[in-house]
Amino acid sequence: MPAVLAARADWAASAFPAGCELFEGVVQDLIDELGRLPGVGPKSAQRIAFHLISSEPADIKRLVDVLGKVTEGVRFCELCGNVSEQQQCRICRDTRRDGAMLCVVEEPKDVLAIERTREFKGRYHVLGGALDPLSGVGPDQLRMRELLARISSDEVTEVIIATDPNTEGEATATYLVRMLRDFPGLNVTRLASGLPMGGDLEFADELTLGRAFSGRRSL
Amino acid sequence: MAHLYRDTGVVLRVHKLGEADRIITLLTRKHGKLRAVAKGVRRTSSRFGARLEPFGHVDAQFYPGRTLDVITQVTTVDAFAVGIVSDYQRYTAASAISETADRLAAEEGEPALRLYLLVVGALRALADGQRDSSLVLDAFLLRAMAFAGWAPAVSECARCGLPGPHTAFSVQAGGLVCARCRPAGAVNPAPDVIGLLVALLHGDWDTAGATAQGTRRDASGLVAAHLQWHLERQLRSLPLVERRVWQGTLGTEAASEAASGG
Ligand SMILES: [Zn+2]
Ligand SMILES: [Zn+2]
Repeated sequence: MPAVLAARADWAASAFPAGCELFEGVVQDLIDELGRLPGVGPKSAQRIAFHLISSEPADIKRLVDVLGKVTEGVRFCELCGNVSEQQQCRICRDTRRDGAMLCVVEEPKDVLAIERTREFKGRYHVLGGALDPLSGVGPDQLRMRELLARISSDEVTEVIIATDPNTEGEATATYLVRMLRDFPGLNVTRLASGLPMGGDLEFADELTLGRAFSGRRSL
Repeated sequence: MAHLYRDTGVVLRVHKLGEADRIITLLTRKHGKLRAVAKGVRRTSSRFGARLEPFGHVDAQFYPGRTLDVITQVTTVDAFAVGIVSDYQRYTAASAISETADRLAAEEGEPALRLYLLVVGALRALADGQRDSSLVLDAFLLRAMAFAGWAPAVSECARCGLPGPHTAFSVQAGGLVCARCRPAGAVNPAPDVIGLLVALLHGDWDTAGATAQGTRRDASGLVAAHLQWHLERQLRSLPLVERRVWQGTLGTEAASEAASGG
């Protein structure tokens, strides 16, 4: 794009304070839509909008194409609830995966995080969130029944609970343990949540320290 | 001039803000309901993130900001969350307590000392786990409604004030009603149920603890109906409160009903 235009876009993005509805029609619409994205504040939304306005049409088209594919193509795996392009996701289709181990997580992004560690060779079950009555989320709003059905029918012998280490995640783990403890021959474990590396014991919060105690190992 | 201030409070709710921050809603001893920003708490390296989780009872320092004040220091007074999240029934009851307190403390910054003390007492009772969580919740709701000025009438007639005992209960009328004032749709709860409401209002735990499950269920129903009648919008958490004793996953329908919050 011409340098003059780029400079003008830069100026426009910096000249107006965040949160002002100064732009007309489609530009303001773009800023509003970008501002809806997680982690994007009004200032970032303006910056991204003006970046897009001053981008090459071919670059914009690639972005539009991908967004189009997301609305058509991405669905959820019928077995585990992870995002998938087919009926079953890549991990559920992979026969080298250990079907005896099932790791229960809140969101698809948690699958990604655990996959990156390369530690786990089993399969996943994505609940779709955590139990959070304040947001109207109870067991029926999550994929709890699907989890029970999988454990009843599959060859699962160990369930690893990997919900978030926060209040909602802990409560969800409590619920899962109670739901699963009566299954004969099923081993239910919880990811150890130790003290953060690089920290001093005296600065650890009470919740983390308490869990580190209850999850202590013999050496 | 902006100056630091300090207060103790209970964390009622947390909301994500931007990449790593949170907006914390606290019910405080001196400043009533406060919404303040906690910066960087979602990073795992944050030293006070876990202290500002729901149900935390904290001593915090605030710096006045342009729109929201900023939390600069936090120490824990009581880590109620540990005991609460270890039991799902307690967790759902505590959630309903938080949401009700948030709703009743309508105005931010308006002192609500009695409500604050009531919330702390209820969360402490839940965390200790000595009492039925459903009873703790109902006692909290009844007393919180009394502070708001709309406790159900449990002895004299809600309409004309005629001394009881009366047998009919009408949510619309505001509690027990005499035979003459009784509107259509009033119900006739068992005497034990009214006895339980009285006991919960007055903190008579010996009487409350001796009641049968059916009595508690009926009393919970009346309390919930009375509360919802007075609140403009429905509480999201109340229908999700798990009231009955957990009966196990394998087998019975009762278990799956309990699992869905019944
Ligand atoms: Zn899958
Ligand atoms: Zn009357």
